[in-house]
Amino acid sequence: MSSASQVMDPAREEAALPDDSGPAGPGDFFEGRPRPVAALAPAGAALLALLVHVFLPDRQFSPPSRLYAWFLSALLAGSLVMGGLRWTRGRLGAWCRYRSPLVAGAIALLILWDLATLKSGWLPQPFFPGPGQVLAAMREDAGPLALSTYHSLRLLLSGYAAGVSAGLVCGVLIGWFRTVRYWGMPLLKVIGPIPATAYVPLAMVMFPNAFLSGAALIALAVWFPVTMLTSSGVANVPLAYLDVARTLGAGRAYLIFRVALPSAMPSIFLGLFMGLGAAFLTLIVAETLGVSSGLGWYLKWKQGYLEYAHVYAALAIMALFFSGLMTALFRVRDSALGWQKGVLRW
Amino acid sequence: MVIPAAGGRADDSSLHLRDVAKAFRKEDGSTMTAIERLTLTVAAGEMVALIGPSGCGKSTLLRMIAGLERPTSGAIHVGGQPIEGPGAERGLMFQDPSLFPWKSVRRNIESGLVARGVLHRYRGEVDEYLKLVGLEAFADAYPHQLSGGMAQRAALARALINHPKVLLLDEPLGALDQFTRMRMQDEVIRIWQARRTTMVLVTHDIDEAIYMCDRIVVLSPRPGRIERAIDVPLARPRQRNHPRFLELRAEILEMLHFADGGPTGVAPAPGGSASGAGGRP
Repeated sequence: MSSASQVMDPAREEAALPDDSGPAGPGDFFEGRPRPVAALAPAGAALLALLVHVFLPDRQFSPPSRLYAWFLSALLAGSLVMGGLRWTRGRLGAWCRYRSPLVAGAIALLILWDLATLKSGWLPQPFFPGPGQVLAAMREDAGPLALSTYHSLRLLLSGYAAGVSAGLVCGVLIGWFRTVRYWGMPLLKVIGPIPATAYVPLAMVMFPNAFLSGAALIALAVWFPVTMLTSSGVANVPLAYLDVARTLGAGRAYLIFRVALPSAMPSIFLGLFMGLGAAFLTLIVAETLGVSSGLGWYLKWKQGYLEYAHVYAALAIMALFFSGLMTALFRVRDSALGWQKGVLRW
Repeated sequence: MVIPAAGGRADDSSLHLRDVAKAFRKEDGSTMTAIERLTLTVAAGEMVALIGPSGCGKSTLLRMIAGLERPTSGAIHVGGQPIEGPGAERGLMFQDPSLFPWKSVRRNIESGLVARGVLHRYRGEVDEYLKLVGLEAFADAYPHQLSGGMAQRAALARALINHPKVLLLDEPLGALDQFTRMRMQDEVIRIWQARRTTMVLVTHDIDEAIYMCDRIVVLSPRPGRIERAIDVPLARPRQRNHPRFLELRAEILEMLHFADGGPTGVAPAPGGSASGAGGRP
């Protein structure tokens, strides 16, 4: 899981949107160039993609479908609207100004993909279908894909919730109570680093059904980083906060839940992010090994039939699904750790 | 609007230390005596300064009064009640404001009420305290948005909200610039005069001790003992350049062996003895 690359912060980029200035400000990227070019770049790219797809002869067999042409037309219309919105004030306009090069770049990638597959036959079939075929696969299998996504989401969230709950409880206990730390820490250090996926043989016999064993594996994968970072956050609460709270009349519950836990929050969120990355990995492994539903299972099933268009469709949905969850977690962090703005940059 | 403070008689805020000693066990197994049989009485409503070179156990003494550390022997009483541990009737303020960074100024000040589970009864007082320290406009600001002086005022309000009988101040103004510091000294005096809270102020700054306190207790280092206690007979408000003020300061400097060309009787603490007191001309 490339969690490192995902620890860039989409929310902060957008927060910097309204004013286009500042050091390495995103908005002034195209500032010096003639505006109409930047404004029309996405639309131009979409038009080019459409022309390439419709007028260049196919060099590869593919079932005739107009779906991709329609999709590109919709993209063209959307790009034109985006180009127009550039000149409006406010957040939406700023967003369009900032994102249009990126949108143009993404469309350019679609053109290259179409060229490398359908239009030239350069990449071998059936392993590299063109974008049109993937889109067709998505439509054809919309029902099963939606169901798989739902199953994956259900499994992931069950496992993640269980792992986070267990991790928070263990982390606080280990971080706060010296005795628990003495006995718990070595156990954590020995058990924790084993990848959860190594427990697949065990999980399969320990739980009555595949869903539970999958959820348990995900929970285990999440539990370790959350426990580790929660306990280190709690154990490293600045002593002055505790001293002050004690002289204010705080009891143990206040010290743990109102001082140690909030103070450990930045560290806990690191654990939550690492846990989410581990959960994605474990989810897919669990679904390809034992659980017979979900996106991972779908992927493996379609691979068996060499239906690579469907494999790519599932991968695309997975990308949206995972990055959507990451973004959601970033949002939660930003609202929970608003007090940190200006203290730390991360 | 009087909150009955927890424990002891509500009106008695005197502080008694009897034969208090504190020894620490060092890593090599030997013991280090930080404070040796120290006896001190602070009358209710009195403001007393503890000064002395680093290593004389001033902060340790304050932490023992706060209940954060236990004396090895001896007893500490506040209002006739022995100290068993930290409690809301003894407020503490450090050189670092130590505001909870995840809480707004208002929530920081409320902390003591929340910790004692009485916020619902005294919620109205929070605004009074914000006003008392002049932070009404910053009630919703977070600590990182405050200047050093503002943060220290918020910490002062937080320490006062529980109506402590004794307020313990551990170099509370040490990190502030000279102007903010003098303004804050006046603020603390104003609040002290209004509330008549018993205050114990640990400071390195002789001027601050003379300007603020009724009595100055000079401690000697390793082990900490009371070298002398000096009454400050100046009328309030005090003038920092009053002849008697300057006389008193010279007297204390001499006592700390900074006036006559270096320490003689008192063993200097390695590195740190001259930090605050000696640094001032």
